[in-house]
Amino acid sequence: MFAYLVRRLFLMLVTLFGISIVIFFLLRIVPGNIVDILFAAAGYVDPADKAELEKQLGIDQPLVMQYLHWIGGFLRGDFGYSYVSEKPALQEILPRIPITARLAGLALLFSASIGIPLGVISAVKQGTRLDYALRIVSLSGLSLPSFWLGLLILTAAVAMFGQIPIFNPNPKTWLEAFATYAVPAAAVGFRSAALTMRITRSSMLEVLRQDYIRTARAKGASEAAVNYHHALKNAILPVITVIGIEAAFLIGGLIVTETVFNIPGVARFLVEAIRWRDYPIVQNLVMFIAVVVVFANFTVDMLYAVFDPRIRYTD
Amino acid sequence: MRSVWALAAMAALSVLTASTAAPAGEPKQGGILRMYHRDSPANASILEGATYSINVPFMGVFNNLLIYDQHIAQNSPDTLRPDLAESWSWSSDNKKLTFKLRQGVKWHDGKPFTSADVKCSFDLLMGKSQQKLRQNPRKAWYSEVNEVTTNGEFEVSFDLKRPQPSLLAMLASGYTPVYPCHVSPADMRTHPIGTGPFKFVEFKANESIKLTRNPDYWKKGRPYLDGIEYTIITNRSTAILAFVAGKFDMTFPTHITIPLLKDIKAQAPNATCVVEPTNVSTNIIVNSTSAPFDNIDIRRAMALALDRKAFIDILFEGQGDIGGTMLPPPQGIWGMPKEKLATIPGYGPDVNANREEARKLMQKAGYGPDKHLAVKVSTRNLAEYRDPAVILIDQLKSIYIDGELDVVETANWFPKVARKDYMLGLNLTGNSVDDPDQSFYENYSCGSERNYTNYCNKEIEKLFDLQSQETDLAKRRPLVWDIDKKLQEDVARPIIFHARAGTCWHPYVKGVTIMSNSSYNGFRYEDVWLDK
Repeated sequence: MFAYLVRRLFLMLVTLFGISIVIFFLLRIVPGNIVDILFAAAGYVDPADKAELEKQLGIDQPLVMQYLHWIGGFLRGDFGYSYVSEKPALQEILPRIPITARLAGLALLFSASIGIPLGVISAVKQGTRLDYALRIVSLSGLSLPSFWLGLLILTAAVAMFGQIPIFNPNPKTWLEAFATYAVPAAAVGFRSAALTMRITRSSMLEVLRQDYIRTARAKGASEAAVNYHHALKNAILPVITVIGIEAAFLIGGLIVTETVFNIPGVARFLVEAIRWRDYPIVQNLVMFIAVVVVFANFTVDMLYAVFDPRIRYTD
Repeated sequence: MRSVWALAAMAALSVLTASTAAPAGEPKQGGILRMYHRDSPANASILEGATYSINVPFMGVFNNLLIYDQHIAQNSPDTLRPDLAESWSWSSDNKKLTFKLRQGVKWHDGKPFTSADVKCSFDLLMGKSQQKLRQNPRKAWYSEVNEVTTNGEFEVSFDLKRPQPSLLAMLASGYTPVYPCHVSPADMRTHPIGTGPFKFVEFKANESIKLTRNPDYWKKGRPYLDGIEYTIITNRSTAILAFVAGKFDMTFPTHITIPLLKDIKAQAPNATCVVEPTNVSTNIIVNSTSAPFDNIDIRRAMALALDRKAFIDILFEGQGDIGGTMLPPPQGIWGMPKEKLATIPGYGPDVNANREEARKLMQKAGYGPDKHLAVKVSTRNLAEYRDPAVILIDQLKSIYIDGELDVVETANWFPKVARKDYMLGLNLTGNSVDDPDQSFYENYSCGSERNYTNYCNKEIEKLFDLQSQETDLAKRRPLVWDIDKKLQEDVARPIIFHARAGTCWHPYVKGVTIMSNSSYNGFRYEDVWLDK
């Protein structure tokens, strides 16, 4: 297990180094920089002022120097200053992380708590009306873009209740606080729940046909014990994988959900930072997201090893 | 059924065309005005900005030397009012403008306001001070100012190279607040200090901007509001739904498109909505330095092919204005009268006749039904640019020009235009004050940074100076009309239309006036109050 852990850790560091290079150079390939955008917004270009500003921000330096400056700072915990707000990048990023983390956490919770039980029910009740109904729900979840669903929820809320469930920075009650996150989490988590449900269903159906399930039934185990103790435990591995991957992909869904529900989280902030070519924000934030995703995958790998002893013995 | 719709439309229109809210009872003190902001401005420094995204939230933090009357929709020389200056006077040769300044005014940090602050501000704008603005988009406004001098703590003079009555208009713009000497330009970007009715509290990028009442404001009893809070909502649908749901008292000014206004009126029928020109023209920039548009016949043919009314009907459901460079009357005070406008080629009502003439010019240049001219129509990747560009391409087809849309990201638009890396471009030009000097010198003067097409006509340049020095409004106006006509005839930057946009607020918001010939000057909000 220790060797497995060390190997995975090493792979993780190499991956992060590669990601840092990709982030840095991809951002430079995108045409224009913050200075171009500032002058574009002002409707004129003054070459002297432009050069002076580029010098001040250090974006006149060779790319390798800029990379070393950034990655050196990142490793030392110096994240630089936002080009736009001129505040420390960390000060801009940190307050937004808990907001997105809460939203992502709730969305994943929604995904797992809705997707897994419904997937199990759908598999156990295969071929029944309930199964067909649940499959239609899951298909609609996969088909509806989260931004569209979000706007639909907002429009319905305004039309039916005269209220709009967009972000409330100062909720007065715990219910308001919960609603601030729960509605957008449901909007973004719906697609994820649908996927989880489908994976759980297919995985369960496969396991339920195994010999040991028949044996368990032959031994007189109750249906609940067979389904949840024997079948689900073995069917859950692909579901964990999907939830791990979904956690990584969630950031994409959160960008539109945060925009539609006006949530000041990191996902929307990242899009704005890219729009402004605010390199210190984008590089550090994407690197941070990469670290989270790589750690999430690392955790999934570890969970695999915990759930399936064959992995830690053979890998 | 159609007549019912027509009646409903007329009723809605009658509400929409009223330019200010009906006068109510005695103003009440207190309350926070909640508004959404359409985007997150780059910073809080008005002097460095060139978008009303900065003016709207921060104009209330500052005072100018003088200001346009905030209760009168149309900015004009008659609506100039004292602000930090108590009065002003011109010397007999009209080359020296002297302001007597208000005494006892304090900056928000408690330091006293003096003439030194005025000098500092304008030295900064003219690039004469040691400290520099990160960007100085309106330096050219002060090209005729030799220097700004102080005479004691409460008098300041502008010494001009020649008479320039328009200087007053530019000083009254929302773009010309007075900055404190003792705060650096960098600090003004993040934490502005002013003398205005509202103090800056915080600006969280992509989240919110908060202002609070300045209890020491020099104008006693103002402002009525305890503060203003702007929530930054970049998604227009969310923002409008939030306004309808009552989360905001007012929409972001001139942010509502004409089609969306109908949605608002349907969902919030009590809301007061106003539609006014924004003094932003949609125009064509032509690269006349290289083929094929170095040929004046092709440029003229292109201008003749425009069906301006079709643009306005499609994009604004008929609510837009046709004019030259200057905003047309009645809202615009310098625009050509209709009769004069109709004499310009391409402005006549018979579009088919215009296009027939255009086709003849194209044939003279060697193009025809069997030989079309292929051009790229470049524009910024923003809806207000893209949509008219598509219509333009469609209209050019009628004169043997096959256009291909070339959408350019905002970051690359002005560098591309500056490199002359385009054939035809569709552009928007905003005028911060309805004034010929601001418009002519900025957009058509030889060597101006914003003269994207490098149009340079020495004869016109002389006329620019002639009108600029004319102090009699009645004599100056015909000069301006002649220049505007000549600019359109030269196809310097053909103007397609002048846009209009809407602003809405709930009925309990009082004292709001939306300016009808500028989108940059009416956001002081010291007289706005909430009837709750």
